[in-house]
Amino acid sequence: MNLFLDAFAWLADPANWTGPGSIPQRIAEHLWVSALVLVIASAIALPLGALVGHTGRGREPAVMVSGGLRALPTLGVLTLFGIWIGIGLAAPVIALVILAIPPLLAGAYAGFESVDRRTIDAARAMGMRELQVVGKVELPLGMPIVVGGIRSATLQIIATATLAAYIADEGLGRFIFAGLKTRDYGEMLGGSILVILLALVIDGCFALTQRVVVPAGVRATRTAELRSGPTRSRTIVGRPNTEGNQE
Amino acid sequence: MNWLWSNLDLVGELMLVHLALSVPAIILSFVVSVPIGWLAHRYRWSRGVLLSICGLLYAIPSLALFIALPAFTGLSLRSPVNLVIALTLYGVAVIVRTSADAFDSVERDIRQSATAVGYSAAGRFWGVELPLAGPVLLSGLRVVIVSTVSLATVGAVIGVPSLGSLFTDGFQRGIQIEIITGIVATIVLALGLDALSVLLGRLLMPWTRRASSNGRVLTARRVREETA
Repeated sequence: MNLFLDAFAWLADPANWTGPGSIPQRIAEHLWVSALVLVIASAIALPLGALVGHTGRGREPAVMVSGGLRALPTLGVLTLFGIWIGIGLAAPVIALVILAIPPLLAGAYAGFESVDRRTIDAARAMGMRELQVVGKVELPLGMPIVVGGIRSATLQIIATATLAAYIADEGLGRFIFAGLKTRDYGEMLGGSILVILLALVIDGCFALTQRVVVPAGVRATRTAELRSGPTRSRTIVGRPNTEGNQE
Repeated sequence: MNWLWSNLDLVGELMLVHLALSVPAIILSFVVSVPIGWLAHRYRWSRGVLLSICGLLYAIPSLALFIALPAFTGLSLRSPVNLVIALTLYGVAVIVRTSADAFDSVERDIRQSATAVGYSAAGRFWGVELPLAGPVLLSGLRVVIVSTVSLATVGAVIGVPSLGSLFTDGFQRGIQIEIITGIVATIVLALGLDALSVLLGRLLMPWTRRASSNGRVLTARRVREETA
């Protein structure tokens, strides 16, 4: 418990809260880099994922890219770009974008794919144009899964941005690496506590967003189903007809 | 390329060290998460709580967890055991949801039939539910294998040697080929263990070799929707 006291002493020290390299500045840096990376990666991965999910074409390559990139060790990518590009913000930003693409891509195509094909056929039968089907049917219905992808990408970015302090003077990870160098466990642990809090707060925000973006219509049918459902499990006689919807 | 030829021994040695870190973590997280997943499946009320805890755990950045864990366990920061514990926690966080889904994927009729032909609760678990949940459990295990092998490299920055040492050393000395070797070796190790787990799955679950064509085993969610 002594170690935690050190960390709290470090966190409470007013000297760490002002001037260059202070806690507020590092938090701001961390958030700024993460937001920048998220915007760039989303601009690349979300439209691509939507296209794959909507047309169903290029699904295999998308699955392979999002699965294969996951095996990439983040530290390896960071250090490699570190020597290629040199000290500065460009290397971590590019590396982080590459690492953020798989979850975003997977979330986008899974979200669009999750929409019942019959709903889309119905929308088309009502005379919706292709873009209307995408914007008014697929996007709202797939939104919780798309936001889920953005959520895991954001967590990944925040975690990797911490690690990126190894190659650049940026973010809350600086405290961890500075503490490692001087063997100041209080600073290391204090920095870690800040990173953990930041990640948990942002994860919480996304969890809320994921609930809010469920379309009102979907929410309404869900409660209706809950109420009208039988209290006892019904005897299963044969399987329900899922024709045309089988994997 | 010269670096690679003169350091093949080092790479081989680090691969073994890396295996010694990640394999125990993978096995431990599988062994720990199966009962937790079963609990989440069996008792509905525990599901939300257990899955939320895992979600929170998963949200914690790895480097911060590696640093914070010794404050709880009293281990040294550079101790490999510390790293194995942290990797196990992440593995559990990843696999519990899948293992809850895996047990959900066993159809109710099958469970009831097992009880009807005289299986005890424990016998039903070992003889019916666990084998039938196997394919989905395996899919969760495969995700954990890849993520654990990749995550173990992060330990290098706090001084626990692994294939990640090739990244830190290569970065500090500016040797590009060393970092690329590290990345390739990590991916090879992950894919190798993945292939091994698939092979083991085929040996232990011979029926999936035929069943995989109709894809029934992977539709845990659909089964739940249909029986709800």
